[in-house]
Amino acid sequence: MNESKNRARRRAVIGRSLAVMTGATALAACVQIETPDKPIEINLNINIRQEVVYRLDGDAKKLIEQNSEIF
Amino acid sequence: MRVTKWKPTGLALAAVAATAAVALAVPSAMAQRDPAYAAARAAGQVGEQPDGYLGFVTTPTPAIRALVEDINIKRKAAYTERAQATGSTVQQFAFTSGCNLIANTKPGEKYQAPDGRWLTRDDSPPLRNASCP
Repeated sequence: MNESKNRARRRAVIGRSLAVMTGATALAACVQIETPDKPIEINLNINIRQEVVYRLDGDAKKLIEQNSEIF
Repeated sequence: MRVTKWKPTGLALAAVAATAAVALAVPSAMAQRDPAYAAARAAGQVGEQPDGYLGFVTTPTPAIRALVEDINIKRKAAYTERAQATGSTVQQFAFTSGCNLIANTKPGEKYQAPDGRWLTRDDSPPLRNASCP
């Protein structure tokens, strides 16, 4: 009787660990990430610059008009 | 007595003001490109760069090199003054001016595209940096 109980317990344990292993494999497959060979660069320069350029545009136009001999 | 004393002063002031007005009017009337610079531009030897300065499209003669370098120095001085007045950097102000200077090129004149190629301006809009207004 005890032996059959032990067997059942062992099976349950094996079953559980198998489930965990399959789960882990499935998860591993899901979150597999390939590391990029180049560093990820977020270029914020362009937006900042565009904002500045729009702000300075009127002044730049005035300067060019008023100093046409050097432009 | 006082009035007679003030009259000449007033006249003198008016004269000074008139002279100043002429002096102010003259540079704007004379604000034209040096003929050698205008010729080099028209011939496509020099062109506008995106950074707000002139560049050489072909190897320049010493005279054209000197002329362009002189203009670029004057441009930098002007950019520096305006940059300080507007709280920006010289590079930012020069770049903004470059956007405008490329837009202002006439068909036949040279300008530098963002990728560095020298292009000839035609009737279509010039290729400019994406940040240009």
